[in-house]
Amino acid sequence: MNVQETYTALGLSDFEYDRILELMGRAPNYLELSLFSVMWSEHCGYKNSRPLLKQFPNAGSRVLQGPGENAGVIEVGDGWALVFKMESHNHPSAVEPYEGAATGVGGIIRDVLAMGARPVALLDSLRLGPLEDERNRYLFREVVRGIGGYGNAIGVPTVGGEVEFAPAYSGNPLVNAMCIGLVRADDFLRARAVGEGNLVILFGAKTGRDGIHGATFASDELSEESEEKRPNVQVGDPFAGKMLVECSLNLLEKDLLVSLQDLGAAGITSSASEMAAKGGVGIEIDADLVPLREEGMQPWEIVISESQERMLAIVEPEKAEEVLCVAERFELAAAVIGRVSGHGDLLIRHEGEVAGTVSARHLADAPVYEREVVPPVYLEKAREPDLEKIPKPEDHGSALLAMLAHPNLCSRRSVYEQYDHEVGTDTVVLPGADAAVMRIKGTSIGFAATVDCRGRYCYLDPKGGGAAAVAEAYRNLSCVGAEPVALTDCLNFGSPEKADAYYQFASCIEGMAEACEVLGTPVVSGNVSLYNENEGEAVYPTPAVGMVGVFDDVGRMATPGIKREGDALVLVGDFRPALGGSEYLEVVHGRVVGAPAVPDLTSEKAVSDAVRRAISSGLVNTAHDLSGGGLAVALAEMSLMGSIGVEAQLPLPGVRQDVALFGEVGGCILLAVPEEKLGKLEAILEGVHHTQIGHTGGERLKVSGSVDLGLDELRAAYERDLFERHAPEGGHLG
Amino acid sequence: MRIGVTVFPGSNCDRDALYAIERTGAAPVELWHADADLKGVDAVVVPGGFSYGDYLRPGAIARFSKVMKPLEDFAKGGGPVLGVCNGFQVLTEAHLLPGALLRNVGMRFVCTRVPARVETAKTPWTSLFESGDRLTLPVAHNEGNYFADERTLRELEDEERVVLRYLDNPNGSLNDIAGICNAARNVVGLMPHPERVSEEALGSDEGLKVFESVLSFAGVRV
Amino acid sequence: MLEWRPMKVRVLVRPKSGILDPQGEAVRRALPALGFGGVGSVHVGRLIEMEVESAEEIDGMCRRLLANPTIEEYEWEVVS
Repeated sequence: MNVQETYTALGLSDFEYDRILELMGRAPNYLELSLFSVMWSEHCGYKNSRPLLKQFPNAGSRVLQGPGENAGVIEVGDGWALVFKMESHNHPSAVEPYEGAATGVGGIIRDVLAMGARPVALLDSLRLGPLEDERNRYLFREVVRGIGGYGNAIGVPTVGGEVEFAPAYSGNPLVNAMCIGLVRADDFLRARAVGEGNLVILFGAKTGRDGIHGATFASDELSEESEEKRPNVQVGDPFAGKMLVECSLNLLEKDLLVSLQDLGAAGITSSASEMAAKGGVGIEIDADLVPLREEGMQPWEIVISESQERMLAIVEPEKAEEVLCVAERFELAAAVIGRVSGHGDLLIRHEGEVAGTVSARHLADAPVYEREVVPPVYLEKAREPDLEKIPKPEDHGSALLAMLAHPNLCSRRSVYEQYDHEVGTDTVVLPGADAAVMRIKGTSIGFAATVDCRGRYCYLDPKGGGAAAVAEAYRNLSCVGAEPVALTDCLNFGSPEKADAYYQFASCIEGMAEACEVLGTPVVSGNVSLYNENEGEAVYPTPAVGMVGVFDDVGRMATPGIKREGDALVLVGDFRPALGGSEYLEVVHGRVVGAPAVPDLTSEKAVSDAVRRAISSGLVNTAHDLSGGGLAVALAEMSLMGSIGVEAQLPLPGVRQDVALFGEVGGCILLAVPEEKLGKLEAILEGVHHTQIGHTGGERLKVSGSVDLGLDELRAAYERDLFERHAPEGGHLG
Repeated sequence: MRIGVTVFPGSNCDRDALYAIERTGAAPVELWHADADLKGVDAVVVPGGFSYGDYLRPGAIARFSKVMKPLEDFAKGGGPVLGVCNGFQVLTEAHLLPGALLRNVGMRFVCTRVPARVETAKTPWTSLFESGDRLTLPVAHNEGNYFADERTLRELEDEERVVLRYLDNPNGSLNDIAGICNAARNVVGLMPHPERVSEEALGSDEGLKVFESVLSFAGVRV
Repeated sequence: MLEWRPMKVRVLVRPKSGILDPQGEAVRRALPALGFGGVGSVHVGRLIEMEVESAEEIDGMCRRLLANPTIEEYEWEVVS
């Protein structure tokens, strides 16, 4: 195999190889080439995304740490801080869904742990193809089992999430995992290697050949036998993960660490070179000292192995002994494998010889590609259809039942009951509400979190969809009464080398950035996953937003379920429903077309903030936003969650009933409040559109003569088990 | 009063148990698995979690931990022991309680709150309840399906050793059994998690009574 | 002088007959759904492979740790 074949097989382009030659001033050996290959991969190098990500605002009054570290950090109050990030594990999940999802959870937990925080909550965002397809049923079942299998065992509650089904995701599922950790604001760590002479200690599981993908080359070092031995699938061990958490926290408590980094993609290589680059120092690793699980591993295998459940620590020499002792107490392998040096290189030794040496700065500095942004042809066509021509349903009640039964709108109970959402005894609002709410023991403060995105929206209007994802998260947090502070994201898109997907990527980011500015929620961490396509077809552009909010008093919060008979039902916000890109259009009419309502960010903020004030003043404890399925679905959800009916009148008399019932719009929230409190509510809502549309009570959902259904009927449609053999119900009417 | 909580590698509800115990006014004491030392506690809780990853069988490896020898002596001497979830599994593996916990019949992990009924107040951990009391308790398990042979089941029922029974069985347990005690009635195993409903902030505090019961049983004012 | 060569032992642990075996049930239901016919009863157990000095203590290992005698039965054989 010649040089070009070698580097091409490793995923490097001609341009990149030339650049390496230029930077190094000589030809790299195989080990060095491997280091570049992993560090300059899209996943580690962010080649196609760095210039675009610069648009995101990163600073805020509560932000203690923005992007650039393992996770973002925000202040929550009482000296506490929250550390959070979201990561994708899409491609591994398509191959081995249980382990792909499990190791995704394990990895994000370690990212939070590396900041010195105890992981306290998990959320997940899933996208799969339609459940009519057996393969998709299999992927869904195994992904959920994997998330539960890892999260439950490691003892971090999975408190929220979302799942969306669409044909665009068939063959390329999206599995994004978000983790939130708690740490004293003064104590969080940065992953910076400093102090020449300090030692590098690797602790956790032993290193094997996990994640090293077979590449075809005729090298002397590789035989057929070693090809066979290479497991492409990373297998997670949540038990080792749990020991790693307790061990790391113990080390931090005892103040034994200078800094900490978890090992993820590209293993020791990426961790060590990132730590070195950040600290402006070099790191020397002796591959012989790494505790191994397999025999005969080559130095390049050892340093790029992606074996799970390992951490890298920088430790002052006099504390090394104690660190090793603590690791032993937690039954983890641990060894001093290197040291921090004055030169800025990542230097790998093997059997006394230098096996490779590359400047850490060069490894961390992948080339950046900016491409032309060209509006795709499909967008024009998708927004053409005259939605007035869509036939009206004969029976709006049946349409509602069909929608409630649809996998994109039905209850997610069958999913979240597979996740332990209560371990830790800090979960105040269980899954099923608009956001998860957690308390912080010993205080009256708390926090909330949600993950949101609508792939279909982003497909039909990338810029609007990006903004809508941020807006929806903002609104969801506000509906439980939390003050939104900052977000993390997982940007899932197709190939940046294809114009359509690149346009979507660039536009979604533009929309998100604008929303972040207006809503005052900076991006403090995130992840990019590109090349999500199957047979040349890209997934819907899916920028998943994971937003965190805070409570001064977590006792003042709201949930969607109606709690009292005779409450007034108030719709807050500018109600301008649109059929474009709606669930209704897809479920009932089988079409994905039209222009979704463009988010009005100023109004969104005004409405959400007002609702939050009403909740934190103690006036309101029942709130729910309008999103997928529109007003009718939101009312149904409130009724079902509280087991109390509703009688409402549609607020737009001149508009088609189906548009008013099922049309979608941002910036609208439903409140249920006792009649006698209406006066006070009016005062808080001053300046913001609001109108009373009905009241709570009874056992039926009645909407102005178009819908009259018993709660039992609604429940039968809504409470479906997503894992039972899917028999499409309802589907396309008319 | 001092109440110990065993911590095995992989236990993850130990901190929750320690916190609940603290709320009763008793002193919570961590009992590390590798130390054969119960530190003179007056009662022991074996908490939930995934000790040793549930590898081989849940509780199969934890039962051989160094702390189990003094625990077994303590139990044989009549000391109050409560096993919650994984703790219940450890106690059956250690033969301090009869039967075994099999995989949930629905083959899925189940995390939900279920209605259950206290069947007997004649144990240290249910002494403040009355037989027939209804509770709503969180469950979170993969292997909560209680099994015992016919003879043992008859014995448990005849001797009033079923401590807690599901009113809505989430896992297929025989006789809807959610918790049992040994013949001497000092060792109790429960699959549901009382420590998860030990505070109003968590939606309910009916579970706190389980921990308060053992204080009352020991003659401590609650 | 004899060199110590470890023996390879294979232990199979299975649910006792009559014990509810939800995993076996799940597999039995899943196979026909995939188009495989003629499947009768299915039981899911565990395989443990060990290298040991001598086979004398295998029964003890099985009874104390590898199997739960309340609900499982075991068998073992020397493989090499």
